[in-house]
Amino acid sequence: MKKTIIPIGPYHPLQEEPEFFMLTVEGETVVDVDVQLGYNHRGIEKLSELKTFDQATFVIERICGICSTSHPFAYTQAVEDIGGVEVPMRAKYIRTIIAEGERIHSHMLWLGLAGHFLGYNTVYMWVWKLREEILDVMEIISGNRNNYAMFKPGGVRRDINPEDIPLVMKKIDKIVPTLKMLYKAVRDDPVIHARTKKIGILTKEESINFSALGPTSRASGVARDVRKDTEYGAYLEMDWDMIVTHNGDVFDKVVVRILEMLESIKIIKYCLLHLPDGEIDVKIKNIPPGEGIGTHEAPRGETFHYVRSDGSNSPVRHKVRAPTFMNLPTYKATIKGEKIADASIILAAIDPCYCCTERMSIRNTKGERLFDGKELIRLSQAKTQKVKQKLGVKESSLEKLVQGKL
Amino acid sequence: MGITTKALLKSLWVFHLSTGSCNNCDIEVLDCLTPRFDIERFGMKLVGSIRHADVLLVTGSCNRKSAERLISLYKEAPQPCLVVAIGECSMSRGIFMPSYNCPRPLDSLVPVSAYIPGCPPKPEAIISGVVKLIQKIKGK
Amino acid sequence: MKRKQVLQDLTTRFKQDILEVFDKSKTRVYIEIRPEAIIPIARYIFKDLDARFNIASGIDTRKFIEILYHFTFEELALLISLRVKLDRAKPAIDSLTPVSEAFNWIEREMHELLGIQFKGHPGLKRLLLSDKWPKGVYPLRCDYKEWDKTAIRDRGVK
Repeated sequence: MKKTIIPIGPYHPLQEEPEFFMLTVEGETVVDVDVQLGYNHRGIEKLSELKTFDQATFVIERICGICSTSHPFAYTQAVEDIGGVEVPMRAKYIRTIIAEGERIHSHMLWLGLAGHFLGYNTVYMWVWKLREEILDVMEIISGNRNNYAMFKPGGVRRDINPEDIPLVMKKIDKIVPTLKMLYKAVRDDPVIHARTKKIGILTKEESINFSALGPTSRASGVARDVRKDTEYGAYLEMDWDMIVTHNGDVFDKVVVRILEMLESIKIIKYCLLHLPDGEIDVKIKNIPPGEGIGTHEAPRGETFHYVRSDGSNSPVRHKVRAPTFMNLPTYKATIKGEKIADASIILAAIDPCYCCTERMSIRNTKGERLFDGKELIRLSQAKTQKVKQKLGVKESSLEKLVQGKL
Repeated sequence: MGITTKALLKSLWVFHLSTGSCNNCDIEVLDCLTPRFDIERFGMKLVGSIRHADVLLVTGSCNRKSAERLISLYKEAPQPCLVVAIGECSMSRGIFMPSYNCPRPLDSLVPVSAYIPGCPPKPEAIISGVVKLIQKIKGK
Repeated sequence: MKRKQVLQDLTTRFKQDILEVFDKSKTRVYIEIRPEAIIPIARYIFKDLDARFNIASGIDTRKFIEILYHFTFEELALLISLRVKLDRAKPAIDSLTPVSEAFNWIEREMHELLGIQFKGHPGLKRLLLSDKWPKGVYPLRCDYKEWDKTAIRDRGVK
């Protein structure tokens, strides 16, 4: 059968980040994928060497907008690891609150995009409207909707005002029942089952072989989460569950992310109610020569920062590894054998944050161009319509929930 | 003001392009479409192809690979196409100015009609910037 | 296996290849090894001890080129980093991609940013840099100099 090549990208509206994926197909089945990165590479590792340890935090925040806290969190831990600096407890709690708030907004963003790819445009708009509540919470606590600038080596830059806490709790409590209803609707929706169950399966062995991270690997049954495996922040102070499922398909990845949001809310509420008194930072006189490593569980997986110092004011080497760098190669394993109409949702299930990974684009060598990226999303949305017709469903339970809530 | 300009200003079709950004600005642009800010009530809508666009919203610090694509996309755009630079990175590359992979700022590659500063600019700022652009054109 | 057992197991099994063990703290250990022994040691840690490969970081220290391979042992909350030192004039080492796909992309990245040759890598081509980037110019090296005459390095404010 003749092999044809379908490029996705590099620019189309709802995969906001530029990347280039080239799928080779035989008929309707994908047989190979090639990724090409580089559209977002800004040379940040070299930039860190020009800044002081404190200034570098601001550069690091802008590696990625969606997981803007995870990079400074890992970086400041790496710098503190060099000299063995111990951060005060209040700072650890504040760091945890910010990190979990970011996890909620990132997962909501992802849910909206996944909804769009599947053809649930009302869900997309509705989840992003819900996301504004969390962004309001972050603005009350830190002063900005993204790029919070709260982290520094030694602690946090600003304190949480105790007068703000009741308003923040009220806003968070508003989200919880809606998230629970959303989970039930997704869990019971026959159209979503048909579109996402047994699609894009990443087995446990493949997940371990690729060293996949975050919800991508937890959906395949690999129980790895930096928050439980390492002692940092305030995560070991309270009871919360690591969400692990075992099928590794797109449906499991959706479920893991929704349930993780509910756990994050638990963590934030505990931290706000039990915020210990004390200092919010320690003054670091100088960083001794040596090397340090810091890790944090970002919404997409483990972020890893390695910093080497020679005793001066600036890092000598700063290595950044974002979780998508390890997760993106798994696309090769999950897409082979699947249909074109599912290509966009399987890619979205990895939750690729390209700006973190310096985008790779997948490219095959030669072939004629059948569809572009927009067409692939349209194919995915059309498949949902066909599934609805086959199941005799006019409006799925998820859509009914959203219509009632809008 | 000619009838095409009048029609253009009534309903701007916007194409969004990211040339090596951290994505914060891109998410804020998409946020403008969501129910809280809702630019669609002004007739603005996001299109999927540059050939339908009246306004090109650019974010990001134009790194080497993206700059080539930006220039070829700009050539495909039907004139008049206004370029709006959103965020610090597209204004002057911001903190990425010394980077080895970001050699030139956006306005040395394509002519820019409006700059919206911020890192990232809030959706209110983006809407305000586009409204100012419309008024500037009306005023001509 | 407990932390002490893991370290003892590694130091006895690869006694002739381990040059130095720096036990920095409860969670951080840096082991320097001979570059020729990278495949057996990495394979043992990744496959037999079931550690997760985190990432590899290359650095140009003016005297030599150093690569650190970081492996995480989740149950022990331990991170072991294998250090290899390569000759700065012609840095080369065996590729670990045949051991696992997880090493593929990072070796491509280190190849184009630092100029390290990975022998046996199935497809050592550019990952991040543009095709127009000149050959032989490695941005993360200490002696990297601006080669682009058209680059604008001021903010345009007079």
